[in-house]
Amino acid sequence: MNILPVKLPDVGEGVTEAELAEWFVKVGDVIKEDDVVASVMTDKATVEIPSLYEGTVTWIGGEIGDILPVGSDLVRIETEAEGSAADVVADVEPEGAPLEDPAPRPEVAVEQPRAQRPVTASAGAPRAEGQPPLASPSVRARARESGIDLRQVPGSGPAGRITHDDLDAVFEMPLQQPGRARASGKTARSGTEEIKVIGMRRKIAERMALANARIPHITVVEEIDVTALEELRAKLNAGRGDKPKLTVLPFVAAALAKAVTDHPEMNAHYLDDDGIIQRHAAVNVGMATMTDAGLVVPVLRNVEALGLFETAAEIARLSEAARDGKAKREELTGSTITITSLGPLGALATTPIINHPEVAILGINKMATRPMWDGTQFVPRKMMNISASFDHRVIDGWDAAVFVQRIKALLETPALIFMEV
Amino acid sequence: MKTESCDLLIIGAGPGGYVCGIRAGQLGHDTIVVEADRPGGTCLNVGCIPSKALIHAADEFARAKAFSGANDLGISAAAPQIDLAKTIAWKDGVVKRLTGGVSTLLKKAKTRFVSGQARIVDGKTVEVATQDGPLRISCKNLVLATGSKPFELPFLPFGGSVISSTEALDLTEVPGKLTVVGGGYIGLEIGTAMAKLGAKVTVVEAADRILPQYDAELTKPVMARLKALGITVHLSAKAKGLSDDGAALLVDREGGSLEIPSDKVLVTVGRTPTVRGFGLEDLGLTMNGAFVAVDAYCATSMRGVYAIGDVTGDPMLAHRAMAQGVVVAEHVAGRPAIWDKQAIPAVCFTDPEIVTVGALPGEVESSDTALFPFAANGRAMTMERSDGFVRIVFSKENERVLGIQAVGAGVSEMAGEFALAIEMAATLTDIADTVHAHPTLTETVQETALKALGRALHI
Repeated sequence: MNILPVKLPDVGEGVTEAELAEWFVKVGDVIKEDDVVASVMTDKATVEIPSLYEGTVTWIGGEIGDILPVGSDLVRIETEAEGSAADVVADVEPEGAPLEDPAPRPEVAVEQPRAQRPVTASAGAPRAEGQPPLASPSVRARARESGIDLRQVPGSGPAGRITHDDLDAVFEMPLQQPGRARASGKTARSGTEEIKVIGMRRKIAERMALANARIPHITVVEEIDVTALEELRAKLNAGRGDKPKLTVLPFVAAALAKAVTDHPEMNAHYLDDDGIIQRHAAVNVGMATMTDAGLVVPVLRNVEALGLFETAAEIARLSEAARDGKAKREELTGSTITITSLGPLGALATTPIINHPEVAILGINKMATRPMWDGTQFVPRKMMNISASFDHRVIDGWDAAVFVQRIKALLETPALIFMEV
Repeated sequence: MKTESCDLLIIGAGPGGYVCGIRAGQLGHDTIVVEADRPGGTCLNVGCIPSKALIHAADEFARAKAFSGANDLGISAAAPQIDLAKTIAWKDGVVKRLTGGVSTLLKKAKTRFVSGQARIVDGKTVEVATQDGPLRISCKNLVLATGSKPFELPFLPFGGSVISSTEALDLTEVPGKLTVVGGGYIGLEIGTAMAKLGAKVTVVEAADRILPQYDAELTKPVMARLKALGITVHLSAKAKGLSDDGAALLVDREGGSLEIPSDKVLVTVGRTPTVRGFGLEDLGLTMNGAFVAVDAYCATSMRGVYAIGDVTGDPMLAHRAMAQGVVVAEHVAGRPAIWDKQAIPAVCFTDPEIVTVGALPGEVESSDTALFPFAANGRAMTMERSDGFVRIVFSKENERVLGIQAVGAGVSEMAGEFALAIEMAATLTDIADTVHAHPTLTETVQETALKALGRALHI
């Protein structure tokens, strides 16, 4: 009998780590070759990992939410099968032994201890009696100023030193207030539910934090008279019977593709770490899509080369794949500019967050019939606002405004979208 | 009688008092500092600064003298002369600049300075005998920062040829024969300087070694240097008094008594806190031996009365008093300050210098010691001083640094790194993995940590 590992495979181009999303096996399970052992999540896709061997699971490589580097052992299986010599694992390794890390990345080193950090700081005495707490003067000062007794704080640093991170953990710990009866007869609730931020939610949180931290956003809101566009859309949709009908989105995507031909600075990536702006020839439009698991952004490729109905069909196909969780990794990466729409919930205005490293995002707000003054009287017009955000580091306000006006012009006179001018 | 009032009244403008006054003023407290003498206290006027000035002059003189003879550097110079009166005038100039600086700093912090002898009436009232007559100051909080005085031996009272460190730092002529009673750091610092200036120096120490608060390993290089400078050291020897004609010091020691001919007898057997003669004893404060007992906020047993510096006990060091002064000023201002220092560095400006921070070897259970000599340090060799070493005391359990000591020429400037290491709760790895600049003496600190970890490179 051998103990052979199933390693976390390379699950996508450029992926160096993946997050454990679900275990399908536990230690002691007997499994067959090709049985799925776990699903892991990369930037945007979830991948199921099958077993290479038949046998008994002797070890699993982490908890749900842990980040594993590609190439590390996912599970170890006691099996009759022969593995290469390098693969055989001695079965003396204790559970929870440090994972081998063939491609160490700083994030791995930082995140794993954080994930394993105890959530409460009050469980048990943090150090033996008579042992004074060790901390630098700045940690001590911060504790004093916050009324924290360092004797109650466990230290994670060398020699049990209390670090600023350890203090952060104390700050994050919720204070327990016992419920008290009030004059109203209602009772105050106490207790806090802790929800581990894992999987796609964590990815979204990281990307949003990155975008918001790095990009100074400028958001331009403009109203658009879409009466003509809606008339055109109604005519194009009439008589299509059961075939997919056009929504506003294909028009907006087409308008965007048209507008960036005059404004190549908008269809770009700003690689801020490298100080490089990449202007893209292809217009690959990310379509922010809500799914049960959270926000994903499938990509409409080469919108500049698609017809209106082709675009509509592709949007329908991609959003269905995204909602079913079946979108391929290639369908979820490579956007050059993004459209976000909340449909009927689209409100009057939004402040869209740019999909880093892109430089522009176009938010579509709710359409409504409003009275507009045409110079002599109020007339009912179909109005729709757009809220467009730009990376103000590389896009000046004036350029942003000109770009928004260009989109307004295209959407108000949709024929312009399709004219070769 | 004229009256004044303030939030915070500090008696004594030494390092503790003036720093407390500056910080309190910065925090917006209406503060008065009372001082009978010049601002700066013992430290600036008759202690740290003047003695370092004298030591510097003596070192320069000794260097010039060395160059007038055969030397390895191939430098030749005429035999030097010293006009000690001029040296002392220069030293006084340095002191004046510094004490003037203290006054300016207090003014800048909007803290008032009252010159005159203070007398405590009660915990909220102090009377000051100023030049313009008595002034009664009432205060919300009182800080005792009255410092300490040289300890006087009853059988060797100060006066005539028997002098304290204060007089020794104002001598305008190098005494022919100087006898130092007390082999502590003050006596050795001044004694060594005087020997370099040409005095025939004898040290009389009651304990069985010099600098008895330190271990023998640490004091050995100093002892060797004293010998090389021609200083006679009598250990386990007790001064009894002057001979009848006053020209010799009588000393008792095992195997008979001695008579040491002396032009001056410098008595440096410790310092005693200034707690009498100005009404402090009438407050009935809880004492800790001869010292005023204080808690972690430097508060005494009487509400609103604080004490800082030498009156609160050992170690009697200026930088401890300054840190206590800051704690009191911040505490009185309602800030969450507390005395939680992990270490107070101590420096002997002997030759070679000694620095100690934290635990000495064997003071803490399950600790171990690593030592790295300056003989293996390039910078030390280029300065012709490869005597001495750096030593780290560390926990065997978790390699935490518990204490650092060094003895060597110029090691006083390393005190900051030592103190930082202890205060930050550094481990051996923290020091070993910190790049230390080459070529400097501080490389030995890194090497000592490396040696403790079993990976020394240069030994």
